[in-house]
Amino acid sequence: MGFFSKLKEGLAKTRHGFVEKIENLVSGGKKIDEELYEELEEVLIQADVGVNTAVELVEDLRKAVRDRKVEDSSELKDILKELISDRLGSGDEGINLNGHPAVVVVIGVNGAGKTTTIGKLAYNLKQQGKRVLLAAGDTFRAAAIDQLEIWSGRTGCELIKHKEGADPAAVVYDAIQAAKARNVDVLIVDTAGRLHTKINLMEELKKVFRVISREIQRDPDEVFLVLDATTGQNAISQAKLFNEAAGITGIILTKLDGTAKGGVIIGIKSELDIPVKYIGIGEKIDDLKEFRPGEFADALFAE
Amino acid sequence: MIFEGLSEKLQNTFKKLKGKGKLSETDVAEAMREVKIALLEADVNFKVVKDFVKKVKDRAIGLEVMESLTPGQHVVKIVNDELTELMGGTQSKIMISSKPPTVIMLVGLQGAGKTTTAGKLANILRKQGRRPLLVAGDIYRPAAIKQLQVLGEQLNIPVFTLGNKTNPVDIAKGAVEHARSYGNDVIIIDTAGRLHINEELMDELRNIRESVHPHEILFVMDATTGQDAVTVAKTFNEQLGIDGVIMTKLDGDTRGGAALSVKAVTGKPIKFAGMGEKLDALEPFHPDRMAARILGMGDVLSLIEKAQSTIDTEKAQELQRKIKSQEYSLQDFMEQMDQVKSMGPLEEIIGMIPGMGQMKQLKNIKGSLDEKEFARMRAIIQSMTEKERKEPRIIKDSRKKRIARGSGTKVSDVNRLLKQFDETKKMMKQFTSMDKNIKKGGGFKLPFFK
Repeated sequence: MGFFSKLKEGLAKTRHGFVEKIENLVSGGKKIDEELYEELEEVLIQADVGVNTAVELVEDLRKAVRDRKVEDSSELKDILKELISDRLGSGDEGINLNGHPAVVVVIGVNGAGKTTTIGKLAYNLKQQGKRVLLAAGDTFRAAAIDQLEIWSGRTGCELIKHKEGADPAAVVYDAIQAAKARNVDVLIVDTAGRLHTKINLMEELKKVFRVISREIQRDPDEVFLVLDATTGQNAISQAKLFNEAAGITGIILTKLDGTAKGGVIIGIKSELDIPVKYIGIGEKIDDLKEFRPGEFADALFAE
Repeated sequence: MIFEGLSEKLQNTFKKLKGKGKLSETDVAEAMREVKIALLEADVNFKVVKDFVKKVKDRAIGLEVMESLTPGQHVVKIVNDELTELMGGTQSKIMISSKPPTVIMLVGLQGAGKTTTAGKLANILRKQGRRPLLVAGDIYRPAAIKQLQVLGEQLNIPVFTLGNKTNPVDIAKGAVEHARSYGNDVIIIDTAGRLHINEELMDELRNIRESVHPHEILFVMDATTGQDAVTVAKTFNEQLGIDGVIMTKLDGDTRGGAALSVKAVTGKPIKFAGMGEKLDALEPFHPDRMAARILGMGDVLSLIEKAQSTIDTEKAQELQRKIKSQEYSLQDFMEQMDQVKSMGPLEEIIGMIPGMGQMKQLKNIKGSLDEKEFARMRAIIQSMTEKERKEPRIIKDSRKKRIARGSGTKVSDVNRLLKQFDETKKMMKQFTSMDKNIKKGGGFKLPFFK
């Protein structure tokens, strides 16, 4: 199955909620009036775009309608799609694996899907012929190490682990030494889920980053924040605080195969300018896809 | 603090209203527009917000407010009533069957926190004198069974598993039989996280329900869920008939919109709220208290309950006696610190004291009250002799140096602690007049605020 159809399938439910509502609004040969704009704004808010971004988008839409002298309400959908996809950026950045070993750290709140995402990412990189090493940096949650170990077996990637309750910074230190010694291409570091408001846990995360920077003499090549697509406006706060603590280079948006609308991406890109690099659209090992704003917007608005 | 952002926004809106002797319809409409935005930014479901705002508006514009002497206060009261109602009115407890075992099943999306919640719930039930059995029904997620086993070990609560090759329906049936023969009066079935639109897996839950007839099907929900919350909750309810909701991750900075929406949409109450990583961080959910907290009215009831459940009354009386008779020592100071600490995170406690959440100086304490500071203060006191703890005034330069060395701190740290102790002692003496001090908006200082 090609990427496009797979994404479409994954996003089918999203489209049902989101696009149908917009279609209903703009197809009935309606007049372009205040009420219609208000309804569009409501649809965007219901898609978790957030009040601010929704208001901005509708403002942009009004301007576009004025500038282009649009009179037919059926054109509004395409314009809105264009505006949204513009905001999502070019998306051609891809994953940065310049270092050797390249170090990728995965962070996020509890239950976002970090460990599963790491399994999928490791598989994805392995398919590209990379030699991947995993570091079991979540030493807090019960059985998190076992969970990663199972993924290590499934993907055939080696794993560096300590016991539960060990210092995550020590695990990472060992993993970096092993990555250098074994000449692996990519080291992926798992971390414990933590709420971004827990100061002591964010300090612990900073320590992990200090160890990495010291041992590889640079910042990690990628710092991925894993975000659950069902999260509402709190996602923006998560992105902000994790970014302050760890300098996020990209977002991985998981669980897009539910009915969640994914509107939070637009809000985050607008407010923080952090690109989404991958999306998770299912439970299977190959259900992690590179994020392509164009394709994403197309699939979102496809007929 | 829970609902912090929402709370602040609403309070600012109401501040404007409270100042007015008379309210016009425009005043109310303007305030309601702000309330609407605040609720939407808090991820409260769009339709719920519309209904809520309409209800409040209708009541506010009605006679009862306009003729009241303090119309602003009255609007706040209406919002408080309606918020309470929105979250279900009164506290809902879980049903314990008269014929044991009571069967509780936890369901929800992936990553909501079902497994951790199962452990916490078992812990609560055991504290109530029951003999819970945890059941590992998640056979899909790697190491989910192991996770429950580890939790069971930490809590010393038995875990029933048939491995990940047995069908969850058979696991549930086996667990009920096991509970009967081993005398477990409550069983808590952990199930795999699943999407509400995954028909196969939803069927599986229905099959478990048909085979063991749970007394409580509890929907576990992440409090940070956005607008999709209602779709998910509604579908789970339609497909399974849930009996209640457990909100998790309410200890972050979520504005908790899901908590405000879920009852309105499903008609099912929130029964518990997850408030932290520790295994005792699950609390009964009180809609009225939560509403009061959102509106910055404090939650004294929860505070008192918390204090009662954690603070040893005899010790507290002894302390009172000491304060009166000037015997209050550094040893007491340390014990008091430990007691307050055992009540939970300070920011949470502060949020429960009326008006405290609003005090500016308290907003900056978040960072300064970390565990390390507590540990340092403890170390300093523990490096003192008994005599020094009783009579801190004998601690001069050379003693200070010794204490600093012994506790791995600096003399300046020791000085700071002694100063804090002095202030606390002074404050203790004023305790009787504390009420007045709070009203003046200052003077109330806990010993460990920087």
